Amino acid sequence: MSGLIEIRWHARAGQGAVTASKLLAETALRNGSYIQAMPEYGPERTGAPLRAYSRISDAPIELHNNIVNPGIVVVLDETLLSIVNVLEGLDESGLLLLNTTRDVDTIRTELEVPPDIRIAIVDASGIALDTIGRDIPNTPTVGALAHVTRVVTVDALKEDLRMSFGKKFSPAVIDANLASVDRAAQEVVCQ
Amino acid sequence: MAEITVLAATGNAMVAEAFRQAAPDVLAAYPITPQTAIVENFAKYVADGRVHTEFVAVESEHSAMSACIGASAAGARVATATSSQGLALMYEELHIASGMRLPIVMANANRALSAPINIHGDHSDVMGARDTGWIILFAETAQEAYDNSVIAFRIAEHPQVQLPVMTTLDGFITTHAMERSELLDDTTVAAYVGAYTPEHPLLNGQTKAAHGMFASLGGTYFEIKKAERAAIDASMPHIKAAGEAWAAICGREFAPVDAWECEDADYILVVLGSAAGNARVVARELRAQGIKAGVARIRVYRPFPFEELAQVLAGARAVGILDRSDSFGAQYGPVGLDVRSALYGAGLLIPTRDYIYGLGGADVTLDVLRQAYGELQALAAGELDQSLSYLGTR
Repeated sequence: MSGLIEIRWHARAGQGAVTASKLLAETALRNGSYIQAMPEYGPERTGAPLRAYSRISDAPIELHNNIVNPGIVVVLDETLLSIVNVLEGLDESGLLLLNTTRDVDTIRTELEVPPDIRIAIVDASGIALDTIGRDIPNTPTVGALAHVTRVVTVDALKEDLRMSFGKKFSPAVIDANLASVDRAAQEVVCQ
Repeated sequence: MAEITVLAATGNAMVAEAFRQAAPDVLAAYPITPQTAIVENFAKYVADGRVHTEFVAVESEHSAMSACIGASAAGARVATATSSQGLALMYEELHIASGMRLPIVMANANRALSAPINIHGDHSDVMGARDTGWIILFAETAQEAYDNSVIAFRIAEHPQVQLPVMTTLDGFITTHAMERSELLDDTTVAAYVGAYTPEHPLLNGQTKAAHGMFASLGGTYFEIKKAERAAIDASMPHIKAAGEAWAAICGREFAPVDAWECEDADYILVVLGSAAGNARVVARELRAQGIKAGVARIRVYRPFPFEELAQVLAGARAVGILDRSDSFGAQYGPVGLDVRSALYGAGLLIPTRDYIYGLGGADVTLDVLRQAYGELQALAAGELDQSLSYLGTR
């Protein structure tokens, strides 16, 4: 990894996008990177569309505005696709990661995604229901992101989950989250 | 040797850590977005026994500052935090704190003022407090919000200063963004801040003192206000000494004006707070194209570092001032007025433009800063006048 990596998260309030952006940033920090993670605060109602941002770099980060040209866009809720232009500003050779049960070709056609933008799909909601027992797709989505991009490694992510969730949650909940990360890393498809 | 912990932390979290480490005797506060997490975190530290502070939950910001004034007059080390409407509600108390020469430390999460209602970051609230006699510091990052908040206690409580200090950070941009931040160990910070020994406490059972008395027509009142100005004017060397002493411990430089590539710069933007990094990014881009751009970031806003700033700007062909609030009806926004006055005082008639930007949290994109530097080139070439204008709005 080198240079500045900018990630924009699209989700609905309550799906854990802010936590996801912070989890990724914390993991990168523990691996020696400079980081930023920030939500874009709008109406704070569960279900409202929201954006969050992460910056990861090997040098100190001076920028303090919203990310307008992300290299990576992550969508935690595909019902947003019809109301938010998730491709806005996405780098021409960037990555779009979606929580969906549909396949890459369908997404590429439907959203008219240019050929140089890679698309990664993972059924993060399904994995979350299977492992954690609730449709909180953030942790498996970060697992898929780590696997596809190597922004952080899956192992580093799991280590950070153990440390940061260890204070708040029971061992069973942590194990379920770790399992969700492993499954997402195995199941994510990127083309 | 100081022990350093590297954290992913928000500006609010870092200010709460600084307050915990400075261990005030009393902290009285009322929650308000986007400051709330400072008080929330601090309340948790009190509940967990990590700091032994009398935490006073009050019913308004007016009461918060009143309680702080009472506690500080009694001889306690005192801190609080607020934002926006909360700071505005404290207005009369702000003058009382400084008039009574009480070394209260207050964090302010810089935020827009109503109406219309807006919870996001700009400098409208703190600029309303700029003439209240408080020393005012601006942070660019979460790290600097921590550093300034630590330094604030040493400045405020210095026997030659004895003034309240406001340590500010930009709402949401700095308060809520998580950044790589370094936390020094408790012992090092405690030793740096030192114990507070008030000179005229009301409650030590020995000294006889009176605070906030009636001062008769003209005479005494006038003298006390004159002394207040003398005190804040004379505080700059103590602010620098406190900042440099902290810099020697933490390794991060301190200067009232953080001048980036200004020495040979033709075009300089003057900025406060979180937008400075973006200005440097654009200035670096321009330098790569052979355009000599610089950035002068004001870290100590009151007392205003007019001499340092004039020195930094002296060689520029045009200066743009970024104002994240307005002084309605004045020629420029508040920072613009200060900067122009500093230039005039130094005999420098450098052409300037004042830019109102980022109100109500409007995003400060690189494009709007490119526009500002572009206009400074036109200004220096005589193609543009010195009027006030806007960045990033219709």
